[in-house]
Amino acid sequence: MLHDLFIAPFFDYEFMRRALIGAVALSISGCPLGVFLILRRMSLAGDALSHAILPGAALGYLACGLSLPAMTFGGLLAGLAVAVASSAAARWTALREDASLAAFYLVSLALGVALVSLKGSNVDLLHVLFGSVLALDDATLIFLAAIASVTLAALALAYRALALDTFDPLFARRVTPLGEWIPFAFLALVVLNLVAGFHALGTLMAVGIIMLPAASARLWTRGLTGALPLAAAIGAASSYFGLVLSFHSGLAAGPVIILMAGGAYFLSLIFGKTGGVIRLRRPKRHLEG
Amino acid sequence: MSAGAIRLENVTLGYERRPAVHHLSGVVEAGAALAVCGPNGAGKSTLLKGLAGLLAPLGGRIAFDGLAPRDIAYLPQAAEIDQAFPIDVLDFICMGAMRRIGLFGRIGPQERARVAAAIAAVGLDGFEDRQIGTLSGGQMQRALFARLLVEDRPVILLDEPFGAIDAATIDDLVRIIARWREERRTVIAVLHELDLARRVFPQALLLAREPLFWGATQEALSEARLAEASRMVEAFDRDAEECRRDETPDAA
Repeated sequence: MLHDLFIAPFFDYEFMRRALIGAVALSISGCPLGVFLILRRMSLAGDALSHAILPGAALGYLACGLSLPAMTFGGLLAGLAVAVASSAAARWTALREDASLAAFYLVSLALGVALVSLKGSNVDLLHVLFGSVLALDDATLIFLAAIASVTLAALALAYRALALDTFDPLFARRVTPLGEWIPFAFLALVVLNLVAGFHALGTLMAVGIIMLPAASARLWTRGLTGALPLAAAIGAASSYFGLVLSFHSGLAAGPVIILMAGGAYFLSLIFGKTGGVIRLRRPKRHLEG
Repeated sequence: MSAGAIRLENVTLGYERRPAVHHLSGVVEAGAALAVCGPNGAGKSTLLKGLAGLLAPLGGRIAFDGLAPRDIAYLPQAAEIDQAFPIDVLDFICMGAMRRIGLFGRIGPQERARVAAAIAAVGLDGFEDRQIGTLSGGQMQRALFARLLVEDRPVILLDEPFGAIDAATIDDLVRIIARWREERRTVIAVLHELDLARRVFPQALLLAREPLFWGATQEALSEARLAEASRMVEAFDRDAEECRRDETPDAA
């Protein structure tokens, strides 16, 4: 019974196995980045960047159809361009970063949808907006795994730099010559993961698997070292249970994965050990000293 | 420890063309202790940011004799530290070792000893695994001083190190400043506590956007000069013309 419910779908169907591997890879690399996005007060920047990927991917699609390399390359280029352009706009104009990001991403989203509609069908548009986690081919799967590996290696190597720059950017800039470049390298990693997420979950859902588990993890932990693996674990669990629920209910897999992550988030809001409502509103009896 | 002098040559610092520190010249000798005083909005913090290399001058030049930017340690105002960030006191103080160990190096036994000594010196024993968000204002200031001790730089800039802090904490931190002076480090501090400035710092700069006096602290902080400083107009002159003070009458 339990076997039928939770394990059989993955034994019996290859596409389910592929979906699970892809989504778990995405969670393991994306969720820790999400924790840093939250700490840098850039929760909405991830959302904006994920939309920014769309026109580039759409151009790739116009040129080569649903081709992995073309859409990936286009998406990367567009995402990095918007990341650089909006931080430049924030630095050199009167608008703050959030305003310029919002402006850039609205324009990008409109441009992307317009470009796709130029040639594609509504099915293609749905694919681009919501992804196709149940139809990952070999090349896409390897691509997702490669990005997850690169991200984890980069996080391990640059953990101190990233934590330092997130906490005290002025200090980072004074103590190391690399300080100026840390924010850009971080944004590049985020764009990379969003492009990966784009293939599996689509441009509208990709950021969900990055941010929701990260927000949940912050409600359970005090330190940073606990939050990063916990976020990845919540993301992976959401992927697994989302796929199971989608298999049995017939609901679209991508949105259900995000809904699972959303469910975990709402539970954390209520029960979270360090930041949840219960803990904050009904603290335990005070200590002696 | 010896350090070179810091020369300010007709320095103007500010934001969006508006001067916050206007035409300041002078020399901070190696091993000097200088208090920077003046009313709110006088440009004291701006001057420190300029010295720390965080703000480029609008005019003039700041020259460091035999000092690199990496020789300068800087204590920002308490409000500029994000105390909500998840980091414990030990890790926070270890940040001070960054210049020596870099982004990838290990914190070896030598650095550990240095950090332990700094924690003991500021009286934060037993606080090592507390999150900085749980520290009081005074404890946070002690932690910031411990980070400076670990940084171990020849030049130390302090921006309002004693704001909203009780007398016992001030005494402990003043003792650390005295130790830095014995070690011949240069200390430049923005202070609102004038008695403290008179007691601890032999030299003072009285600033009210324009430099009013730079010299012996007793003279700089006399009643007459302080009254003059308090008359400073904080608001911008909307119709301000471009400043021509640098140009000699002949050249104009």
